[in-house]
Amino acid sequence: MTGSGMPAAADAPILGIETSCDETAAAVVAGGHQVLSSVVSSQIDLHARYGGVVPEVAGRAHVERMIPVVSQALVESAVDDSAIAAVGATTGPGLVGALLVGVSAAKALALVWDVPFVAVNHLEAHLHAAFLDEPTLELPVVVVLVSGGHTMLVLMEDRLRYRVLGATVDDAAGEAFDKVARYMGLGYPGGPAIDRLSEQGDRDAIAFPRAMLHDGWNFSFSGLKTAVINYLRRQPDAPAADVAASFQEAVADVLVAKARRAAAEQGAKGLCLAGGVAANSRLREMTLDACTADGLAAYLPSRAMCTDNAAMVAAAAWWRLEADGPSPLTVGADPSLGLPEG
Amino acid sequence: MLACRTAGVDETRALGGAVATIADAGDVVVLVGDLGAGKTAFVQGFAASLGVTAPVTSPTFTLANRYEGRLIVNHLDVYRFDCPEEVSDLALPELLDDGVTLVEWGDTIASALPAEHLSVRIRFGDGDDDRSFELRTHGEAWRSRADRLRAVLGRWTVPC
Repeated sequence: MTGSGMPAAADAPILGIETSCDETAAAVVAGGHQVLSSVVSSQIDLHARYGGVVPEVAGRAHVERMIPVVSQALVESAVDDSAIAAVGATTGPGLVGALLVGVSAAKALALVWDVPFVAVNHLEAHLHAAFLDEPTLELPVVVVLVSGGHTMLVLMEDRLRYRVLGATVDDAAGEAFDKVARYMGLGYPGGPAIDRLSEQGDRDAIAFPRAMLHDGWNFSFSGLKTAVINYLRRQPDAPAADVAASFQEAVADVLVAKARRAAAEQGAKGLCLAGGVAANSRLREMTLDACTADGLAAYLPSRAMCTDNAAMVAAAAWWRLEADGPSPLTVGADPSLGLPEG
Repeated sequence: MLACRTAGVDETRALGGAVATIADAGDVVVLVGDLGAGKTAFVQGFAASLGVTAPVTSPTFTLANRYEGRLIVNHLDVYRFDCPEEVSDLALPELLDDGVTLVEWGDTIASALPAEHLSVRIRFGDGDDDRSFELRTHGEAWRSRADRLRAVLGRWTVPC
């Protein structure tokens, strides 16, 4: 198993660092699966004022929180600095000012401790998150990767081998949640706000459009956003809970319908949710129902593993280090990094 | 000022595509309009008209997307910005040098944008799919093309 610069032990602890967007996060994970610590210092309070992520604010806050978060992750893991075998950091995709903070910190620590630095793709890290909760996850699975910036349907055939089946052609699912929530005056982040409000609403109250439902693997949520806005413009007094619930239903409906069709066509053994929108309770419920009906395994990671965290980064770093060895220190932040397919 | 009207997102894309036919490298187009007005649809048509084949997705999260067609198309979104100072993160001067730059929600950072630009304001119309457009040229580079702009937008033009 030993590659160039590879830690000698298979259970080597790796420090992971994540700063691609809102969260400043650090974690220590042993052997790519055993989470010894996972610390997330959310910046959401700071961003709530702005109704979204402001990069300059994000970058500055990451700088302030980086060292306390890393220190806490090390203390909680009870792993001595000298035992850390490598340092992995998200290099993209994300906000460049935010990414740079984590990448620079990881390189500095790798240099000081004289251990490998490992560049980690944020999307690949999300694909590894489910394994931390479900070590027995059976491949291949169809992963619905949904967050503020991404909406993808991925066939994961092996830990480092996957195929992007489809993606959004306009707005990401999480972006639609955020924008609809902002239009409705529900605050940021929009996903949890709409989820909560929907509990009191009738999800069949309004038949919002399901774009591209039967058409290929791609998604489109821009038209749905506009349909909700048009509806509210015409009927400003419509019960907000019904609008929220019906909107949420339309998003979840399309995501789950495509995922189960993909699973059937690609011979996948299960469906897996990843990314911040995977914390949505209706999406989880519908995924579970679909899996029960189709005889598929349902992998619904905990909210902590769906949303941005560094444990998934440390896990992905372990697999990348084993496969490719250390990353050169010349690798920088890449805001538009895509998912490596192979 | 030039006033136009479209009925449907495909027409909004076509209108964006028509504007692109008179675009030059270095141009800036500022798009203003509420959520769901069709700013991204305008950019989709604009980019397609310049031969961009990649899907043009919302840059709200990524802030800046870049596409290669006959010209480079920079697609920016400052929806999440509150003040012009925050724009420093976008490295605007470098972007503006290179290709056409379209900025969604550009009014929030007006003071950080070049004085020479085309502003496109989109408003909801009577029907769900109706949109009205106000296009204003700012600076000589755009003003000198006002007649050509009027010509390419003829089929959507309405009296001011």
